[in-house]
Amino acid sequence: MIFPVSATNGSATQKGLRVGLFIPCYIDMIFPEVGIATLQLLERFGLDVHFPLGQTCCGQPMSNSGDESNAAAAEHLFVENFAPFDYVVGPAGSCVKQVRCHFDAIEQTDDVRHVRQETYELVEFLHDILQVDSFPWAEFQHSVALHNSCSSIRGLGIAKPSEIMGAPFDKSAALLSKVRGLVLVPVDRPDDCCGFGGTFCVTDEAVSARMGLDKVHDHLRHGAEYVVSPDMSCLMHQQGIARRAGLDLKYVHVAQVLNGGPF
Amino acid sequence: MSNTKKADPAAAAELFILRDQVHEPMHDRFLWATMQRRDAQAAAIPEWEELRELASKIKEHTLTHLDHYLEEFEANATKRGAHIHWAIDAAEHNTIVHSILESHGVKELIKSKSMLQEECQMTPFLQNRGIKVIESDLGERIQQLDGQPPSHIVFPSIHKTRRDVAQLFARKIGTDPNNDDPHFLTEVMRNNARPRFLAAGAGMTGGNFAIAETGTFMVCTNEGNADIGASVPPLHIASIGIEKLVPRVEDMGVFLRLLARSAEGEPLTQYSSHFTGPRKGGELHIVLVDNGRSRRLGMPDFWHSLKCIRCGACMNTCPVYRRSGGLAYGATYSGPIGVILDPTFDEFKYSELPFHSTLCGSCTDVCPVKIDISDQIFKWRRVMAKKGYLPLVKRLAFAAAGRAFGHPEEFRLMEEAGGPALGYAPDFLLYNHSLNPWGRDRQLPQPAKKTFREWYLANRSEHGND
Amino acid sequence: METTSSREVILKGIRYSNLFLIKQEAEAPQIPVFQRADTPLKPEFEVHLQKAGGVAHDVSSVAEVETKLAVLHPEAMVICSAVPEIAGTRKVTEVHDPHELADVDVGIVRAQFGVAESGAVWLTQEDLVVDALGFLSQHLIVLLDPNEIVSDMHAAYLRVRLDETAFGCFMMGPSATADVEATLVHGAQGARSLNIFFLPPM
Repeated sequence: MIFPVSATNGSATQKGLRVGLFIPCYIDMIFPEVGIATLQLLERFGLDVHFPLGQTCCGQPMSNSGDESNAAAAEHLFVENFAPFDYVVGPAGSCVKQVRCHFDAIEQTDDVRHVRQETYELVEFLHDILQVDSFPWAEFQHSVALHNSCSSIRGLGIAKPSEIMGAPFDKSAALLSKVRGLVLVPVDRPDDCCGFGGTFCVTDEAVSARMGLDKVHDHLRHGAEYVVSPDMSCLMHQQGIARRAGLDLKYVHVAQVLNGGPF
Repeated sequence: MSNTKKADPAAAAELFILRDQVHEPMHDRFLWATMQRRDAQAAAIPEWEELRELASKIKEHTLTHLDHYLEEFEANATKRGAHIHWAIDAAEHNTIVHSILESHGVKELIKSKSMLQEECQMTPFLQNRGIKVIESDLGERIQQLDGQPPSHIVFPSIHKTRRDVAQLFARKIGTDPNNDDPHFLTEVMRNNARPRFLAAGAGMTGGNFAIAETGTFMVCTNEGNADIGASVPPLHIASIGIEKLVPRVEDMGVFLRLLARSAEGEPLTQYSSHFTGPRKGGELHIVLVDNGRSRRLGMPDFWHSLKCIRCGACMNTCPVYRRSGGLAYGATYSGPIGVILDPTFDEFKYSELPFHSTLCGSCTDVCPVKIDISDQIFKWRRVMAKKGYLPLVKRLAFAAAGRAFGHPEEFRLMEEAGGPALGYAPDFLLYNHSLNPWGRDRQLPQPAKKTFREWYLANRSEHGND
Repeated sequence: METTSSREVILKGIRYSNLFLIKQEAEAPQIPVFQRADTPLKPEFEVHLQKAGGVAHDVSSVAEVETKLAVLHPEAMVICSAVPEIAGTRKVTEVHDPHELADVDVGIVRAQFGVAESGAVWLTQEDLVVDALGFLSQHLIVLLDPNEIVSDMHAAYLRVRLDETAFGCFMMGPSATADVEATLVHGAQGARSLNIFFLPPM
């Protein structure tokens, strides 16, 4: 076991820090392997990881639909569950963005501010806080198209949006490039939205499906075998589109690749 | 609540996509290519992000001192011989324009592109009063001949194929329906427009910017059509929104470096023209139009939309707009900027627009004046929800989910009852199956045999009391 | 009467709305001087002019301009000039009404300066004499002193004197449109072609 914590970042060690594991509801029910991979991966770094059993949902569906009053109850419960931890880590960019950027249906107490400030998406937690420089246990002998979600790029800043000028960076790609055997393929429209968009994918079904199909073809055209993302919700949408169209692409979460499974 | 029908962008966009295999892919491809050119232009300017910040600051300064700069503009333009008119709303704008035309005996008007005149529905108003109005921008003329509003604020007919245009021209002006060469079609319209420019009693333009310091206004075009309209007929009338002000001449360096690069991926438009008082031998009238702008200025969440310089970059970058076509929005302004502007004119009619977005945020990042477009779309959703404009089925689903998400025991019960319940939690599954459009183009995800929670309880029993 | 009161209504509305923005009241920013690479401006101007659809010519005399003009526009019947160096077939100073320019094949003007970052030239009412010459002419010939090129739009606006002219235009190449299937076509409404001759004034 290695503890790749930078000695220069001022903190003596991250070992023993209490981390609250935030598993969004759809991952809990449909993609438990992503939750397992996230938990095991964080435990590899010696962190004290707990899954608070009272957690439900961050409230994003209601909030994104403008429904502030119903979002508030979910936000209260989230803060109640996660306030005791040093960090909150979740394998889902859009849910983390909801906590960090949009938890404003409730009063901003010290606990609320603490939770909003210390909630991290998995990639940024590994890249910025733990500053991981290798994943010796992981191997992935496949060509991979990376799909950073819009929430992760433009909400959390895990990669440079193509519209903004300046030096390019991509924290997901930086982590994946440390995995033995993995080859990242370039795509035509790396940060064009795939059309999931939460409720958008049902309220605007035709546009959503067309965006998704364009995304699938972009990945296929460049020879990807797998699509890897820090957001399973985008992948669930893309996977649904690919399967219906009979196109052969596999979809896994970045946590599964970095942890070496389970798949 | 107005008694007008709600615009339904999702349904209209579906028609655009299902129409054929040609229009939507072409529309998406052209606008994406425009974005690629924009990115290349922006990347070539080391101070690009600094320019955006400057432009935003200049606009914020101007808007928070707008009364002062409007008065300065008026004084300087008047000093140079322009006639200034003030219009509270669209009706007053149209009445003013009509009275100027009438007093000059104008029967035929040639106009260049103006989203403000579009917003005011000026053309039908004048035509109903016996004045012939001809659009001179090629895209606008195509739309006028087809009886449609512009679908894009910079490329009005971008949703049409060359074949559409060839057939339209054949119907309306008798050209060969099989000749769809853009060079031929452009030449047809050049020859069609020339006599109209020469016969017109007045030329009308909009204004991209108005400079307080000198009383100047600016018009940007690629065709030179605004310049012909302004320089040939004896009378020039310009309609300018009160938010178009900038304080100083030097500010224009910032805005012109951003405008065409953002709009079309070119360093400038072919013509960037500055009008300061009437030309030699001409007469100039400027109509300063409010039409809801001063009210919008007092909306703390939304006043930043007044910074807009109408470049259309947010439309080009918007993945939803590119698949929808601009007409789907059913409003004067389409795309992301339309989503945040249109509800200020009619909240009920445009209450669906803020939901026609994935909130991807690309519009905010591309905007040359740094309008927080995506955040405003999010805030408009809240406004619509508070006003009770959410679609009914969605409102009921969220009320149930909202209760469950706030009460873990109810959440667990629903989870177990659903076994793991596909009929419930994640956003897209909040609907009754029979109503759920998820499955039309997508396979449903398979629920896991065991939830993460169950795995955790079985494998991390030492944490069971968390 | 009506407009005077509308003016007051609008200004009052703005002042009332601005009360809500009082905390956000913003100072006008200073526009900094951006550092430029010290590269010659004429080649940069030529590259951008070409991208905009214009053509640049190095010439050493008025006679050379006239020779090239004949080659470029052999069928031109009406050549209307606004420059003292070239007579053409019609002097713009003798034109009284812009409609008289409807038959111009080639217009000849001198621009005050060019802008390297775009290939645009600055033309005013005084340069055009009759504004419409710049837009009704089927083709344009522009004379430009190669020493009169500024780097960018910031520098350009330092030279522009809007308080001294009723009309001024940055003209970047010929008229263009891409309104039919995003296909670039020159000569939509204004000039079909634009040729720039580098020639200092006599």
